[in-house]
Amino acid sequence: MGIRARRRVAAVAAIAGAAAGLAACGGESSGSTPTLNWYINPDVSNLEAYVTDADGNQAPGGQAYLALKCSEESNGAYDIKVRLLPNDASQQREQLVRRLAAEDDSIDLMSLDPAFTAEFANAGFLEPIPEEEQAQLSEGMLDGAIEAATYDDNLIAVPLWSNTQILWFKKSVAEKAGLDMTKPVTWDQIIDAAEQTNTTVSVQAKRYEGYSVWINALISGAGGQILEDPEAGKDAEITVDTPEGKAAAEVVSKLGNSPAAPPALSNADEGGTVASFSAADGGFLVNWTYVYSDPNVAPFKDDLGWVRYPATTEGDESRPPYGGINIGVSSYGKHTDAAYEAAACLTSAESQKTYAQASGNQPARSAVYDDPEMKKAFPMAALWRESIDAAAPRPLTPYWSDISTALYSSWHPPSSVDPDTTPAESQQYIEDVLQGKALL
Amino acid sequence: MASTTTLEPTKAAPGGRRTKTRTPESAENRLGWKLAGPAVAVMLLVTAWPMLRALYLSLFSYRLTDPDNRELVGISNYGVVLSDSLWWRAVGVAVFIMVVTVAVELVIGFGFAMVMNNILVARGLVRASILVPYGIITVVSAYAWLYAFQPTTGFVNQWLHLDPGTNLFDDFWGSIFVICLAEIWKTTPFVSLLLLAGLSQVPNDAIEAATVDGATWRQRLTKVILPSMRAAIMVAVLFRALDAYRIFDSPFIMTGFANGTAPPSGLVYNAMIQRVELGLGSAMSVLLFLSVLIIAFGLMKLFRVDLSQVRGD
Repeated sequence: MGIRARRRVAAVAAIAGAAAGLAACGGESSGSTPTLNWYINPDVSNLEAYVTDADGNQAPGGQAYLALKCSEESNGAYDIKVRLLPNDASQQREQLVRRLAAEDDSIDLMSLDPAFTAEFANAGFLEPIPEEEQAQLSEGMLDGAIEAATYDDNLIAVPLWSNTQILWFKKSVAEKAGLDMTKPVTWDQIIDAAEQTNTTVSVQAKRYEGYSVWINALISGAGGQILEDPEAGKDAEITVDTPEGKAAAEVVSKLGNSPAAPPALSNADEGGTVASFSAADGGFLVNWTYVYSDPNVAPFKDDLGWVRYPATTEGDESRPPYGGINIGVSSYGKHTDAAYEAAACLTSAESQKTYAQASGNQPARSAVYDDPEMKKAFPMAALWRESIDAAAPRPLTPYWSDISTALYSSWHPPSSVDPDTTPAESQQYIEDVLQGKALL
Repeated sequence: MASTTTLEPTKAAPGGRRTKTRTPESAENRLGWKLAGPAVAVMLLVTAWPMLRALYLSLFSYRLTDPDNRELVGISNYGVVLSDSLWWRAVGVAVFIMVVTVAVELVIGFGFAMVMNNILVARGLVRASILVPYGIITVVSAYAWLYAFQPTTGFVNQWLHLDPGTNLFDDFWGSIFVICLAEIWKTTPFVSLLLLAGLSQVPNDAIEAATVDGATWRQRLTKVILPSMRAAIMVAVLFRALDAYRIFDSPFIMTGFANGTAPPSGLVYNAMIQRVELGLGSAMSVLLFLSVLIIAFGLMKLFRVDLSQVRGD
């Protein structure tokens, strides 16, 4: 009897639960404002719309502020809620892939690293943008930004901001080493200068995506590329075992075995490199543009200098890394139309300007660069734009994450890199991994 | 002893009374199945189903983000894994961690158990404080150890008067050292708790008799105490060995599987979660499961040999 009574209770509870679920669904579809979940990467204010400083003053924050602003402007067409993704790009991709593979309908919009946009599009995770909207959304965007958001000749995501790395240095150190920073410098020069002055050269060389960013920039800077035909997917031709690959390996090996390498080089990510650059013996740093707004560098802002990304080989132009964030619309979301409207608002020139000022990340729209306020806030804006135009994006292949992992695994730690063997080994390894013949 | 106590409640189960008097054995059996059936079904659902699914998936070359290229490849995934030095290296790493940590934990854990067993004042407090590390989430303890050993944020270099630039996470042995240390720190309490249970089962009169017969402390330990704790030691070794073999959190947090510190579970994670390469990942998870079975079986075999020897005495 007891069992039967309990069973009846369970059944009633189940029905009640189902009814509540249905009611919730009905409520949402019948006219009330749809809620769009936007998964954002961490930035200045993360989930808060405003940043509050020590004196209690509030200033617009990062993506959370844009979400608030656009929700207000939509007049009830949609309401954007921000959700936070993990810190580093690989983990962000991981969480999104996991959810999207399960067709999680709680994702409407996502902030995507350009390196993974092709993979997501290939997997069918991104809702295709109608053609007429493609033209509209890409208008006025930098070519580099559009290129990094295009797959199979279609715009698949909307650039929110674009990014590039530049060389940050302490003017006092460069002066002491007698380095002329008005001319393009090479990696050799800055490593030598750091050795001379007992300072460090900080780069992202942890075993993660950021390390591939460095290697890709080095190979591109020598005039090469990691692979030949990205659209061939896993059959792409890998071209790491080349003179350009060797030139890149020489730089990595030189720094890895140099006293100019910071102690935690093989474990350094973006944040870690800023920390070691800010230390007393910090000399040089390659990093994204937000370093200028980083509180760590505030104490020595007068001593802070910046020039274009170092050249891999003497005489060749450097190819700075390209980064940034694209906004993708999930195919599995419940409100894809509203999501595109929201994406358009979030990436408008107005939004990008606000975002750039709050976060120190560069706009993807060229018009914003000409804005006088922007020029004043970021004295290096011209360098940023020049760097983006010269930038070498990571190959836009659906298999980038495999290639990247195989690449940074075989080049890690930097001190183990041998210019004579590492490029050939890593090429073989990448090919084997792509063909399913080796583990990662 | 343990087995008889678990059997008794089943006999006295209230359900037994409901069946007619002079119940034939089969009716009781049927009732047993009825009572246990739902649990068995749930267990099959949550354990057998994923295992069968993994077995099935392991026959494919299948990448979640490239669904169009799904392809049946038979058992070749197993061939790839078993012929890859990375896999064997991972197995080696896991076995190394398992052997080192379990050995150290047994020794320290036994010391702790002795202390907990013999202490007279503040018994509860001592036992509770020894257990603190075990209560900490592995990821948290991994971070704590990682930060402690970092040249920038850590204090270890300073305490040990090492070169401030020393970074143990730069190479394999340094990383594995800290990983083992963190594991030992965290799970020794668990071992000592199990050993304490064993220690309290050692008959006091046997020890007293040995003392009266003039056995030294060492003789009492090896001839009386340890043999009577065999069951407890076996449980501790088995649990800890399997846990240590499947280690994941510490290397994941501390090195991100760099410097060749990836255990098999790390490779499974890389394939399944990071690369969403379900075929290869499933093959590895099946192999991981099999190797766990082998270890469990081997350990039980090992201890059973001991058991018969002791009985023969």
